[in-house]
Amino acid sequence: MSEHDDDHHHPAPLSPVEVRALALEELLKKKGVIQEGFIDAVVSAYENDIGPMNGARVVARAWVDPAYKARLLANGTAAIAELGFGGPEGEHLVVIENTPTVHNAVVCTLCSCYPWPVLGLPPNWYKSPPYRARMVREPRVLLREMGLDLPGSVEIRVWDSSAEIRYMVLPERPGGTEGKSEEELAALVTRDSMIGTARL
Amino acid sequence: MNGVHDLGGMDGFGPVDVEANEPVFHHPWERVVFGLVVATSAQRLRNVHRFRHAIERMDPKHYLSSSYYEHWLTATATLLVEMGIVTLAELEAGVGGCIPLSAPVRADSGISPAASVAAPRFAVGSPIVVRNLHPLGHTRCPRYVRGRRGVVTRVDGVFALPDVAAHTSQRCEQYAYNVRFDSRELWGSAADSAVAVYVDLWESYLEAS
Repeated sequence: MSEHDDDHHHPAPLSPVEVRALALEELLKKKGVIQEGFIDAVVSAYENDIGPMNGARVVARAWVDPAYKARLLANGTAAIAELGFGGPEGEHLVVIENTPTVHNAVVCTLCSCYPWPVLGLPPNWYKSPPYRARMVREPRVLLREMGLDLPGSVEIRVWDSSAEIRYMVLPERPGGTEGKSEEELAALVTRDSMIGTARL
Repeated sequence: MNGVHDLGGMDGFGPVDVEANEPVFHHPWERVVFGLVVATSAQRLRNVHRFRHAIERMDPKHYLSSSYYEHWLTATATLLVEMGIVTLAELEAGVGGCIPLSAPVRADSGISPAASVAAPRFAVGSPIVVRNLHPLGHTRCPRYVRGRRGVVTRVDGVFALPDVAAHTSQRCEQYAYNVRFDSRELWGSAADSAVAVYVDLWESYLEAS
C-alpha cells in the first residue's frame, strides 16, 4: 500500500479555524439559535440554484431584446426581477454596459459586495487584498495581468460598490453569433465578463 | 475607522491569484460559517453594518492572513459574545483553547447627521468634494476618495447611514449618490487619464465643490 492510500484512510486533523466554526455551530444549536438542517437548506441554494448562469440569462435576453435591454439599463433591479431573480445582495441592482470604447469593471474595496442573485457568491480572488487594492488604482495593468489587454484608447470605468448598489456588467455580444438562440447565447456568457475582468 | 480593510489604492499585494473552476466553498467549515451568518441575520441578531464593523475591528495581522470566511466567523463570534448570546468561556471550552475575537469598538461615528432628509442636496452633474472625515467607528467612505473632487452621476435614493446604523439602534436615513472621480484626481497627474472610478457615497460624506 502506498503512502497516499494510507493517508486516505486517516483524514487530516481539523484545522484551527474548522474547530472554531464547528464549536460555534454546536453552541448555537445547543442554545436553539439555529435548528438542525437550517444551514444545509440555506447553503444548497447557493451551491445549486444561484450563480452566474442567472446573470448569463439576463445578458442573453438583453442581447436579443432591445426593449428588455433598455429596461435593464434604466432599472436593473426591476428588469432582473422579470426573469425571476432577486433576493439578498440584489435589492438594488445597476447594470452597466460595455461598448467598443468603454469597459466597465466592478470591485468592492471595503469588503466583498457582489450581486448574489445574478452572479452567486464571489470567488476568492474578488475578495482578496490584491484585487481590492489595485482595481481602483491601476485597473489597466491589473486587467492585463488577468488576461484582458485593453488598448489605451478604451476608457475604463471602475465601480466601487461602497454603498447599497450592486453592479453587474453587460458585456458586448460577440461577433458571429447572429444565428444563435437566447439559450445558446447565455452559454457564452462567463462570470468574469459580468464582473468586468474579461470580455467575450 | 482607518482600518486594514480599507484597501483601495494600496501597493505591495502582488498579483491576483485566480483559481480555475473554483468551487463555491473550499471546505465544509466555510459552508457552516455561511449558514451561521445567514441564520444570525435572519434572527436579527446582527445587522450588516455591525457585522462589517466587527470584521474591520479584527487584528490587522489576522485580517490579512485569513480567508474571507474566517473573517465572517471571527465577526460572528465577536458579535455573539458582545451581545451575551454566547460567552467567551463557552466558546473556548468548545474549541479547547483560545479563540481570536475582534477588538472592542473604540468610538461611534464622527458624523452628526440631520434627523431626516426631505430632498437630495445634490443632483446629477453636481460637483462635490468628499469631506476629510476620519471617524474611529464604522464608515463606508473609503480613504482614497477623502478630500477628492468628483461629480455626481446618480441620485440613488435614501438609505440608512452605516456610520450610525453600526453603532446605535437609530436609523438615520440619507440620500446616497454615485460619484465619478477622474483617476488623476485620485492618484496624481501621472495616472491613466482614460480611467475613472465611480464610488457610492452618502450625503454626509460630501460637500458642494
